[in-house]
This record gives sequence, C-alpha cells and structure tokens, in this order.
Amino acid sequence: MAPLDKNDAPKYMGDPLKIPKIECGASLDTNTYKAYPEHNEALGFPGELIDDWKEVAIAKIGELAKKNRAFQVYLDACVKCGACTDKCHYFLGTGDPKNMPVARQDLLRSVYRRYYTFAGKYFPWLVGARDLTKEVLDEWYTYYHQCSQCRRCAVACPYGIDTAEISMAAREILDTVGVGQKYCNEIIAKLKKTGNNLGMNPKALRATLEDLEEDLEEETGIAVKIPLDVKGADVLLITPSADFFAEPHIDGLLGYAKVFHASGVSWTISSYASEAANFGMFIGSYENMREVSWRIRQAAKDLGVKRIIFGECGHAWRVGYSFLNTLAGPFDFLDQNYPIPQHILEFTLDEIEAGKLKIDKSRNDANIMTYHDSCNVARGSAMGPKEGGQFDVPRAVIKAVCNNFHEMERDTIRENTFCCGGGGGLLTDDLMDLRIKGAKPRMTALQQVTEDHGVNKMAAICAICKTQFAKVMPKYGYEFDSIMSVHQLVANAVILDGQETDEADEAPAEETP
Amino acid sequence: MISTVYAVLFYLATFLMVAGVGMKVFKYATTPVPLNIVVSPAPRTKRGVFFRMFREVIFFESLFKSNKWIWLFGYLFHWGMLIVLLRHFRYFTLETWWWVEIISPIGKLMAFAMIAGLLGLWARRIFQERIRYISAPSDHLMLALLLGIAGSGTLMSYVTHTDIINVKAYFLGLMRFDLSHTLPADPILLAHLGMVVILMIIFPISKLLHVPGVFFAPSRTLVDNARDKRRVSKWARNLPPLPEGIPAKEEK
Repeated sequence: MAPLDKNDAPKYMGDPLKIPKIECGASLDTNTYKAYPEHNEALGFPGELIDDWKEVAIAKIGELAKKNRAFQVYLDACVKCGACTDKCHYFLGTGDPKNMPVARQDLLRSVYRRYYTFAGKYFPWLVGARDLTKEVLDEWYTYYHQCSQCRRCAVACPYGIDTAEISMAAREILDTVGVGQKYCNEIIAKLKKTGNNLGMNPKALRATLEDLEEDLEEETGIAVKIPLDVKGADVLLITPSADFFAEPHIDGLLGYAKVFHASGVSWTISSYASEAANFGMFIGSYENMREVSWRIRQAAKDLGVKRIIFGECGHAWRVGYSFLNTLAGPFDFLDQNYPIPQHILEFTLDEIEAGKLKIDKSRNDANIMTYHDSCNVARGSAMGPKEGGQFDVPRAVIKAVCNNFHEMERDTIRENTFCCGGGGGLLTDDLMDLRIKGAKPRMTALQQVTEDHGVNKMAAICAICKTQFAKVMPKYGYEFDSIMSVHQLVANAVILDGQETDEADEAPAEETP
Repeated sequence: MISTVYAVLFYLATFLMVAGVGMKVFKYATTPVPLNIVVSPAPRTKRGVFFRMFREVIFFESLFKSNKWIWLFGYLFHWGMLIVLLRHFRYFTLETWWWVEIISPIGKLMAFAMIAGLLGLWARRIFQERIRYISAPSDHLMLALLLGIAGSGTLMSYVTHTDIINVKAYFLGLMRFDLSHTLPADPILLAHLGMVVILMIIFPISKLLHVPGVFFAPSRTLVDNARDKRRVSKWARNLPPLPEGIPAKEEK
C-alpha cells in the first residue's frame, strides 16, 4: 500500500480491523537509521558491530533468559495458534507477515531454539530453528524496529505472551553487539547530558517557560506561574519535554498550570529531570531505564518536594506507574498520603470532583470529541483506585469539560486500543512510511465516528501519540490540529478566579463620538 | 518381549516427562521477574489474579475474546482430551473410582469432540494463510500425533475392542513394578501406546510447555500493585549504586 495522500484519502475507509492479504517482504526495506558510535558509547554499548558479535549475541540470549522470567517463558510457551496474527497495527497497515506478532517473536525464537533447546540443536528443520547469521541480525534490526511495543497482541494471547518483551530483548541484544538505533540512542545520550530528550539547557527552558507564562497572562489576565527549580514546592511535575515546545502538547502544559493555579497547590518543574520520557524502556535496557528514572529521585530529593506528578506521556506513565518504585525507590521521603507517583489526570479529576475548578463546558462546544487510549497507559499502567481507571479517569475528565463526546469502535479502544503508529521509539522521520501505514486502523476507526457523529477532534494523553497524529492525520483527511491534549480541553473550559472571560471581550464596544 | 519393551518405554517416558517438566518448572519459578509487566487492566489483589487465571485456564477467556474459531476448536480439543484422560483412570485403579464411573459414558463421546477440535485446528493451519505462514513441520506433526492417539483410542472403543482386562492388568502391574503380565499384541493398541510414549517424551522439549508456561507468564500472573510494592531482583540489587542528590557540576 502506498502512503495515502491527503487529496485522495477516502472519506470512509470501512473496517478498522480489516485483515490484509499477506505480502512477504512488504516492509523489508523500511529501515530506521543506525546510531553513530558516540550515541551507543554514551549508553555503555560498543560503538559499532563488534567482531565476535555472533558469540556475544548468543550468550546474551542466554543471559536474558536467566534474568527475566517473561523472556524465558514466552520463548518456550507459544503454540502458534495464530490468535495474535491479526492484532498488530503494523501488520494491518503493511501486510508484511513478519509484522504478525508471532512471526516477529519467531525471528528471535528460531535462534533461541537453535542454540538453547534439544529439538533445535538436533532437529532444526523440524521446529523452524536457524543459525544466527548476519542476515538474521539485519532482519532483527528491521522488524524489531517495526514493533511499537504496544502489547495489543499480549491481550489476545491465551498465554499472555508479550511481544514487547521479546522486542525489547532483541533491541538490547542488538545494542550489546554494537547495532543501536539512532533515534532512541541519540535521545538517551542527550538526556544524560541535559536532563531532557531535546537537549534543552536550563537557561533555554527557563526562557521558554517565561514566554508561556506571558501567554497565559495575556489570555487570562492573571499571573499564572510555571515554576522551575523551586525548592520546597509541594509537587514536582515530571512531564515530557515535548510539552515545552510542540503543539498540541504546550496547550496541555498550560492546562496543568491552570489546574495547579486553581487548586492552590505549589508546584515546580525540575531542570535536572525535565523529561518524563524514558527511552531506556524502548531499547529494553534496565540499566539505562534505571539511570533515567534515577534523575527523578535526585530532583525530588534536591528540591525537597512532597509529591511527584507525571504529565501526559504514555510510556513515561508506564515507567512511572509500573517501574519507578522498583527502579528509583523507595520513595519514603515523599508524602505517603498520595500515590507515588500520581498522574496529572488523577490530580485534575480529584480537583474537579472536589469542586475546586470553575468550569464552563460550553467553551469546548466547537470540539466534537473522541478519545484515543494510548497503548502504554491502557495496557501497561493504571490510574485511580479502581481496575480500569486508566480508561475511566481520562474519560471522566473529558466529559467534565466537554459536552460532545463519542467513543470509537469497541475493539479499537480501552484494552484493545491501537498504537498511534509512532510509539516504541519509532517516532522518527526515517520511518514515516511505516508510521502512516501503522496509523491506518486508528484513523479508520476515527473516520467512522466522524461519519456517524461528526467527530472533529481526538484527545490523547501521550506526547508520542500527539506528535504522531499531528503529523499523519493530514494524510487521512484531517487537519493537523485535530489531535488535542486532554488538558488542552481542561484549559479551554477552566475559568480562573478573577479571569476576564470571553463574554467580556465580546461585549459590543460602546461607540464613543 | 513386546511387553518388556513397552514397560521400559513407559518407565523411561514417565521419568523424562516428570523430570523434564519438573526442571522447566523449577527454572520458570526461580527466574526473576525484574519489573512488574502485568498487562492491564489487571486485578489489584492476589484473589483477583487467582480469578483472572481461573478464567484463562478454565474458559480460555483471552482466546475467546481474540479469535472465536480458534477458541471453539481449542476448547473442544482440550476439554475433550481432559474428560477422555480422566476416563482412563479406570485402567490404572483396581476399583474404578465412582466419579470415573460417572464420566465414563461421556468420556467415550468426548473423544469425538477431541477429534473434531483437532481437525478444526489442523484445517486452520492448512487453509488459513496467516497460520500456515507461522507453522513449522513440528506444528503439523504434533496435531498428527494427537489425532493418531485419539483416533486409535476411538477405534478400540467403538470398532475393534482390545482385550482391556489384560491391558488393565498390565498397567496395574507396571505401577507396582510387577512385569509378569503381558500386553495384548494388538497392533492398534500398540500404536496407541507407542504414540502416547512419544508424546510424553517430547512434552518437556516442545510447545507442550505452554501447559506449565501459562502459570508463569508475568503479564497475567502479577498483581497490579507496582506503586505500592517494589520488586528488585537479585541481579538488579548488584548494579552499581547511583548518587543521591544532584552532582554539583550539573546544577544550573
């Protein structure tokens, strides 16, 4: 399938779950740029492909199987039933059979079997085991960078086999032999230097936040602060650095600022940990993920805060909710009366339910909304006190600030949500073709609700989703700003105490002679 | 002669299966789970996880949600096989237990459910292009083996009865290390038992490991409690410590 052009994109594309005919090699040539030696070395990996890569890679498979039960069990337990084969958005978008989850796992499982199982050692032809060759290594690089680790397949599997775990392990094996991906490794290297993925230094960050404060004051007439490095603040906000510069992310940040302002809770951003994203997860590196997470602990201690709240970022929330306590805990120095960490949506919903926010829903009446569950939030984390809160909390907030909300098809939301097409370290321009194709199922489901209910905007709570959709939506007949931050909707509807409202602005000006 | 060969085979197969699966289970149980990777939404209590796993193992819940055809055939096969297997207790106990007596008539019929399920699964493997693509020769052979066992067993139940009294005496003997009984030299029976021996031997070295594996998949068996409970594995504890507080040079 050629990438769709905005002009010939059909209005209604049919079934978002439509299964394509398989087409071998359809996305074999879609390859992401490899990392430069300095990127790999900054992460503790060899700069380029090492001479004894084969032995090292095989040994690494064995090491990971000893260190991680999931990897060991998942390699053994698959019965090739085929239930996952139609679940991956990249398979649905490309038709390449190696993008079927089980086939993607088999790229590595076949090598594991050859060197670590009786059947594979003595009867490789029987069980589809194969030697590790340079071609196999290249194939790993290609197809393990066509997996966004979204876990939609893990929900479908009768044994819960999670391709994300295999994909992360494969990337770690590749890194270990000196074959890194430029996008992820360059970003992690930057973060280690400056504290964020952008490589933005504290001075530039301060200037950016001051500009945003001016915008807020201009809009509301009130001095709403976006504090940076304020010692003794109650809350440390950890938010993706995209919130400082990208659209519609910034509007989300302005939303957090308004909510904090209205709630009266003191808060701060840290320039040392000015990044929620943790690409260490994408490359499957426990060590790198731990190092990146540790900065949050350091910043929280240094600033003497009582609470940590995460901004809208999908995989960051998976790391925050599911891993942070393990990687950088125990957080016994924080206030134990609040979840550690807390999600900004949990905070905002509490404020709404406590009646602390003055809301005018009609200010969002031009937005006919739907909501895209971000994969890492949906399947890798939770929110609130109840099971499934990661679905219900965002929806509760949206419904509290908007009058018009419609769900997309059931099999494309909540635990069955599709990845946006750019997650898992694939949000790079050199994979644009794959990103457009991978977004197809989500875009098709969106087109359905546009057709049926006139939906014109989709909200998300993930920096990657927002960037990806802003880029690919135009290919499917939507404006780039059809994707919104949930806190952008909150920002629209919240009226701060003493705020000059639109009605005042719009009041007919008195003609003076 | 044949009786002795089969006796040796059964002792060997039993040993390999028990030891092999035991070793695998030990490996799964002792391999660390360094991070909470439960697939959410997930239960927040152990009780909840017990019910989640109960639904998976008894109803194949996830499979039901993800693919109705595979669920139908898989369900027919697995439940058919379970009842048939339970019925086989009558050949291994001197006095047939009362509940085995009760399920015996159903057990005879369930063989057909088992065969129908296997045929359905095999048809999908052959005719559904996605599943054909992911199938290795061993995947087909496994179905052939199970069909062979089910088919030969059904033949003995309905068509050419074997001398079941002697078969029972033989196995009761084997279980007491008494090799004085002879196995009827009935080709269908010998084929049936031979295939069972093969299945037992390959159990711990094949995809049949999904049986213990399902109970050890962290994506399903963990409790969703990561914000409250740390899980630092042994190897992670030995990683070099990271600094508390922000190093001076990096402070703005």
